[in-house]
Amino acid sequence: MSDLSHPPSLTAPGDPAAPDPAVSATAPPGTGAREILGRSPNQLAWLRLKRDRTARVSAVTLAVAALVALGAPLLGRLTGIDPTDKFVGRLNDFGMPIGYAGGINADHWLGLEPGSGRDILLQLVYGLRTSLFIAFASALLASFIGVAVGVLAGWARGWLDSAVNWLIDLTLAFPFLIFALAVIPILQDRFYTEREAPPPAFRVALIIATFGLFSWTYTARLVRGQVISLREREFVEAARAAGAGTGHLLFRQLLPNIWAPILVTVSLNVPQFIAIEAALAFVNIGVTEPTPDLGRMIYNSIGYVASDPWYTLFPGLTIFLLVLAFNLFGDALRDSLDPRSTR
Amino acid sequence: MLRFVVRRLLVAAVTLAVISLVTFGLFFAVPSSPAKVMCGKNCTAADIAQVERRLGIDQPLPRQYTEFVKGVFVGRTYGEGDFRQDCPAPCLGYSFRNNQPVTKIIAQRAPVTFSIVLGGAVLWLTLGISLGMVSALRRGTALDRAAIGVTLAGASMQVYFFGLILLYLLVYSTGLLPFPSYTPLTENPARWAVGLLLPWMTLGFLNSALYARLARAQMLETLSEDFVRTARAKGLSARQVHTRHALRAAVTPIVTIAGLDIGTSLGGTFITETIFGLQGLGKATVEAVQFLNLPVVMATVLLAAVFIVVANIVVDVLYAVIDPRVRLS
Repeated sequence: MSDLSHPPSLTAPGDPAAPDPAVSATAPPGTGAREILGRSPNQLAWLRLKRDRTARVSAVTLAVAALVALGAPLLGRLTGIDPTDKFVGRLNDFGMPIGYAGGINADHWLGLEPGSGRDILLQLVYGLRTSLFIAFASALLASFIGVAVGVLAGWARGWLDSAVNWLIDLTLAFPFLIFALAVIPILQDRFYTEREAPPPAFRVALIIATFGLFSWTYTARLVRGQVISLREREFVEAARAAGAGTGHLLFRQLLPNIWAPILVTVSLNVPQFIAIEAALAFVNIGVTEPTPDLGRMIYNSIGYVASDPWYTLFPGLTIFLLVLAFNLFGDALRDSLDPRSTR
Repeated sequence: MLRFVVRRLLVAAVTLAVISLVTFGLFFAVPSSPAKVMCGKNCTAADIAQVERRLGIDQPLPRQYTEFVKGVFVGRTYGEGDFRQDCPAPCLGYSFRNNQPVTKIIAQRAPVTFSIVLGGAVLWLTLGISLGMVSALRRGTALDRAAIGVTLAGASMQVYFFGLILLYLLVYSTGLLPFPSYTPLTENPARWAVGLLLPWMTLGFLNSALYARLARAQMLETLSEDFVRTARAKGLSARQVHTRHALRAAVTPIVTIAGLDIGTSLGGTFITETIFGLQGLGKATVEAVQFLNLPVVMATVLLAAVFIVVANIVVDVLYAVIDPRVRLS
């Protein structure tokens, strides 16, 4: 997959001749008559992406989220709070945070969790880490399997192709969420008895593996179709005539031509995994305590919806904004890579 | 047509057989011993052996699987002597927890999930398709832009957040609706509807966002097609052009996705059921998983797979009914 590491865009230098994005957001790319520049499709896509206001806003949102997640320990040091710290002294006799809006004050910017008395901001920020890590790792794993299987099926054809098609149909018939729900605790029970709690990394790995194993089908279909349509084209034939081996044909000729849809799939897979991971945590099958998790925060908040809605609001809003930003960015990316698509 | 259906049914049967094998293998081969889980902590080795014999899990795994399949189709007998238990035709075993037949548990839980999904589906399809259609016909207007914004946000919203927001707004702070509960439809239709209104709204609003986006895109595509122009040119009214000609062509891909969505949801809407405390199939799975109640888990996973496979076939057949250009062969 060496060529997948050729990130799309990033070779394109900032174009000084690019018109002010706010002015020409609607102008079709390449109509600038002032000077004629030879631009590669990658550069054109990058330009379109840069001009898209939605793309910029969502990219900034995501960058902030990533920075916050990465800098979580820093925030902990700054505020002097650990995500596991319990401020029971700030709860009243019924376990509810004292003060307005779920106990928001100068020390606890988003208030405290009712019952446990942990700081919501710190839980949120560390939960963001869990969420983003699992989503990205699963998306990468799913795409890796999908690309490998798709290339294999498209390149080999014949019975292998039929077998892969059948495997895809079979995987799609699995009730994924219900199966994940059932399989994760059972596998954990296999490797760990009730007394020894499994390390958090085990659960995380199990979740990523389950997501990866059930979500490669879309990428595989896509890649298979692309490989089949490209493999008979002249440039591949020319490379073969020049004596290229299979490895060169696959990695140097074919894959560089299909990275665009793969990238779009990855970027649209991530928000799905964020949502599903939180859904699993919501029914207690996700990451276990004490690792902070957004979905589990929402689950814990069910009992307090009437008395302390703020506890539901913060993690819910975080997931919503994160998924929205990813979806918008993925759509913008698809539009910029495929000039024919319209929203 | 008949050949197509028969072939699809055969493929479906093979698919289900493989899924049941995988599920069975994972669930029955992997954990230490279901008998130990079932028997509790103070069990002697002899007790466990007895429970295992009664459950039929002292047999080798392939034989257990054939027994399970036999139980589903012709029924089976558990244990012997005093512990003899006859399990008639669709036999899915007995719950490890309270020894109830699994079929009885499913029969209790399935109507709840069915009610949630079918009511929700009616809402999300009518709401989604009409919103998508209106915004396609009024393309570029303020209405269209507002619809796009709302559906974009809705498509990124999660059931577990939105459901709790509705719960707070409509139940806790205003008291407009009672807390959701399930009353069988046959018992009291009015209470059935009122008790499920909140889950219907949750699923309906959220999913309609996706369907509105889809319907809008499809509608815009078909409105630019030649046959729509022809229909207009021959003097049909706008209403006839839009509903009889454009909508019918635009609705086919929506049928596919709706069919698969409904099929998947019927297997268990466990988040909705968890939020609103409804005892459906999804909740049954969640509970069974917590207690490693394998027969119930096995049954719910298999049932969910059956719904997906059946939904696939139904969608294919519906496709041919809606769109005469599709020929099944």
